[in-house]
Order: sequence, then C-alpha cells, then structure tokens
Amino acid sequence: MLFYFIRRVAMLVPMLLGLSLLLFVVARLLPGDPVGLAAGPNATPELIERLRAEFGLDQSLPMQYWTYLTGLVQGDWGQSVFTRRPVFEDLMTYLPATLELVIAALVIAIVLGIPLGLLTAVYRNGVLDYVTRTVALGGIAMPRFFLGLLLQLGFAAWLGWLPLAGRFPLIGFPPEHVTGFYTVDAVLSGDWEGLRLALAHLAMPAFAMSLSPLATIMRMMRASTIEVLQQDYVLTERALGLSSRLILFKYVLKNAMTSTLTIIGLYVSWLLGGTVLVETVFDWPGLGLYATQAILTQDFMPVIGVTMVIAMIYLVTMLLVDLLYGVFNPKVRYS
Amino acid sequence: MALLDIENLGLAMTSFEGETQILHGIDLTIERGEIWGMVGETGSGKSLTGLSVSRLIPSPPGRYTSGAIRFEGQDLLQADEPAMRRLRGRRIGMIFQDPTTNLNPAFRVGTQLVDVALHAGRADPSVLGLAPGASARALKAAAKARAVEMLDHVGITNPAERIRSYPHELSGGMKQRVLIAMAMIGKPDLLIADEPTTALDVSVQAQILRLMHALVHERDIGVLLITHNLGVVAQICTHVAVMFRGRILEKGPVRAVLKHPSHAYTKALLDAVPRAHTKRGELRGLGGIDMEAAE
Repeated sequence: MLFYFIRRVAMLVPMLLGLSLLLFVVARLLPGDPVGLAAGPNATPELIERLRAEFGLDQSLPMQYWTYLTGLVQGDWGQSVFTRRPVFEDLMTYLPATLELVIAALVIAIVLGIPLGLLTAVYRNGVLDYVTRTVALGGIAMPRFFLGLLLQLGFAAWLGWLPLAGRFPLIGFPPEHVTGFYTVDAVLSGDWEGLRLALAHLAMPAFAMSLSPLATIMRMMRASTIEVLQQDYVLTERALGLSSRLILFKYVLKNAMTSTLTIIGLYVSWLLGGTVLVETVFDWPGLGLYATQAILTQDFMPVIGVTMVIAMIYLVTMLLVDLLYGVFNPKVRYS
Repeated sequence: MALLDIENLGLAMTSFEGETQILHGIDLTIERGEIWGMVGETGSGKSLTGLSVSRLIPSPPGRYTSGAIRFEGQDLLQADEPAMRRLRGRRIGMIFQDPTTNLNPAFRVGTQLVDVALHAGRADPSVLGLAPGASARALKAAAKARAVEMLDHVGITNPAERIRSYPHELSGGMKQRVLIAMAMIGKPDLLIADEPTTALDVSVQAQILRLMHALVHERDIGVLLITHNLGVVAQICTHVAVMFRGRILEKGPVRAVLKHPSHAYTKALLDAVPRAHTKRGELRGLGGIDMEAAE
C-alpha cells in the first residue's frame, strides 16, 4: 500500500515534466508578441529590447525552458507580463477562490446527489423519482453560464436575496487571510458576519456549477443502487431482519459507491476547467478569469502556470480516487 | 400449538401478461424437532413457499389469494412489516443457496454478523445473555462476543481473527458456515434453508449438512429445508413434502414417502435419481410421466 502510494506519486514527476514541456512549446509557437502588447503602441525599440531581456525572451528556446523548469521547482513560476507580478503569487491569490467554488459545488453535488440517487432507486417510478429525473435532465442539458444568468435574474434582480456577483462586498473587508478560502478563514477568525457574506456570494455560482455534476452523480447512483438492490446479499440482510435504513445507507451505499466515485473524480477536472464561464458571469476573481485575461493578452507564463496547477490537482484527485476504490471495494489490492 | 402451520396458502404473481396463480393451497405443519425436506423440480414453488413464511415476496407483484401462515399461532399474512422484522433474524432464520453471493462483499464478515446479532439482541436481549433494558454499549459488546462465539460454533478455526476477514478471503464452505452462523446467531425457533448445499462440492456438502443437523438437535428447532436433492432429504430430514406446479402432491415421514411413494410423480422423481449401477444411457428424466394426469 505504502509502496504503491510512493510509486504513484513518483509517476507524477515525468507526467508533469512532459506537460510543462508541451505547454512551453505550444505557448512559444503561438503567434503574437506579449512584450509588444505590454509595452504599448508608443514603445521605443530600446524599451521593447529591455523588456525582452527582462523576461528572458532574448535567449534560445531550450535555455528559456531550462530557466523556466528550474524556476518551477524553486517556486519561481515566471512573471506575468500583464500584471507585472510573479505568476506563483498570482496563482496563490486566484487559486483559493476557484478551489472554494469548485469544492462548494462538489459538496453540494455529492451531499444531494448520493442520497437522492439512493432514494430514487428505492422509490423508483414514484413522484420523487420523476421530479428529480426531469430536473436532472434539465441540469445536464442546461449550460452553466445560462443557469447562472437565470439565478442572477431570480435571486438577485427580482427577489434581492443574494448579491448579484463578486466574492465579497467591494466596501467590506474579507476575513483575515489564512487559507485564502473566505468561508474557512471566516470560521477560523470567528467572523460570523464575514461567513454569512462569503456564503451569500458563494451560493449562486456554486449552485450553478453543481447542477450538472449533481444530476450525473444522482443518475449514476440510482443506476448502481438498482443493480445492488437485486443482489442476493440484500435479500439475506432483509431475511435476517436488518432495517431497510441500515441496509440502504450502510450495506447498499458502500457497494454502489465505486462507479459513482469515478464520476466524481472526473468532475473535479471538469469543474476546474469549466470555472471560466461561471467566473465570468459572477465576476468571481478566480483562476478562470485570470487565465482568460492571460490568453487574450498572450501572456505565456500565467497560461502555463494555470494549466500546470489544474493538471496537478487533477492528477492528485485521480490518485485519491484510486486509493478510495480500495476503501469501497476490499477486493482491490494495490501492488 | 404447531411451530409453523401453513394452511391453504395461495400466491399469485402479476406480470405483463396478467396475474398467474403460483401456489395452490399449500398445507404444511412443522413441529419443533422436525426437519422438513421440500423437494420438487425447478419452478415448482419451493423457494416461494419459503420466502412467503418470512414475507419476503414484494407486493406487488406478489399477492396472497388465500390461506394463512401461522407461526406459533400468529398469522404472518396479517402481520405488518415492523412485526415481521422483529421475527426475522430472531425467531426465523434463513439460509440461501449460493454462499459467494449471499455475503456482502464490501464488509467484513464480522460486521454483518454483529449487525444481525444486534438486531436480534434489540428484539430480545436474552439472546445475547443480557437482562431486558440493557444499554446500547452492553448490547454492542455482547453482539461482538457472540459473533466470535458463533463462528467458533459453526466450526471456523481461529474465529477471533476470521471475523475480520472479507468474504472473498474465505472458501465457499467457510462462507456457508458464516451464513449459517448469521442465520443462527439470533437463536431462531424456525430455520428456513433454501438449497443450502447446492452450490458446494460433495465433501463440503456433507460437512454443512452434519453441522446443520447438530445445530437443529442442540436447539430443538423446526427446519424447512428446500432442496432438489433426494439424497440430502434421505440423509437428514425427518419429513418430506413433494411439490409440483405449486402444489404439495405428497407429504409425510421421510421413510414412508421414499420407501412407498403413493404418487406417480414421486415415483418418477425417485426413479430419476442415478444410482451406482445405472448403466450409460439409462439415466431417466421426468419426461416419461403424464404431467397432466399427475396433477
């Protein structure tokens, strides 16, 4: 088990290396001149030359990659031409915002999706089943940004219950920075008003992002639960008097989780990669907005940085999912 | 009062083609200490009779059209689900055919045993050797101790360690022993065993039958043993009922029925059993008898 874990972690290194090389080459092959964009239309040739040297763009490509790679390991992820700040610092600012959104969306999807899947499997073809299936179909079919717009219209413009956009009121002070997750920081510093504000701002974008994974998790869970309910051991458990609640939420749940777990793992990357739309609609200062801006200004380093971070999170998630398989299915052996 | 008294039981099942009568007026009385073998070909209604006693046939599609199932005088067909649940695992134990599919693969065998013991203990703390009104913690500790004791009792060596095994780490015979332990942990008065040895190889079959026989005698309980193996019936049953197309054709003490079958179908069934001196090509099926006449 420990050996398996170490080997899997070691395998991450060549994967990330390859990815960084690929990204670097693609970014450099793209047409366009970031220095020209950063320096502005009236820049003198001397200024452009100076900026090129400052960003290391006057060196040969292999040399630039080597400089970048050694920097990556040391926490120096290059500099953004646009924000004029180190990419690593930018990432540390924007990543928690995006992670908070993604994790909130996943929590909503899992906490609602799994019990709903179990219950609709038990009461299949009942009222609950039809209602949730219809909503789920809509949830999968409707684009996130459109749902976001509908939510804004309903809860912010008409009802006025929730703030329209943003992560925190512009005039307010966010909770003291510890993790960068406003909700967690608010709890840590005991700032309950801050927690309320952070949650109010989080609610709509998180829900808009959660509907599609929620619908998929629910349908997956429903299908695998129906299958598990037909197994012989469920009959034995019933025949020996165990309560239906114990059978469903303990014995059936664990067996039905394996396939749902795969879906949840895949959704982590789907959500991370897809935050840009929701972040744009809700003006959420996260990785998606940062990456979009970087792409539009042909700012190489942030694009590479964002992609590397998302890839890393994805690879770690996949490792976690593989380890969790062993928890839900004792027949899985790591070797 | 009889332990189990099935009287004129009728069961119908609904399918796309409409309702079909499956069981026609089943009559069967089981006393303590009796081991009833229920034999018949596939689809004759043996298993459905067994499942009916525990009320495990979902409704719909199942519907009881007539009769009563009296367990110590209480009609189970009138009992509601909570009342049935108190009986299951505690007063009525069940064992099914395939040990590999009847244990939950995601849980240690101990977890499943302890949960059944806890259920039985809640219904009646004396099962776990506790006084009425025992605390939840006492119940849990007693259930764990009882699970180990029960594994030992069904002949599993090193039970304290085996209790932590997952089903896939045990052999088929051991799994069936665990399932017998699960069925017997609540000290039931009636055991329904639905083909408990069919999925096991012959030498293990004999061990499991011997174990069941010993447990039955020790506790003086009644058993309904569903099987299509007449050899098994001859070995351990005291009585036998022969089923065909949802009816009991013939029943009585095992010796009388097997030695002097009164019904043509029973005779055909007995003749179909291959013997050591059966020559190649002489194996007899049931096709030769007139099924309509037999009915």
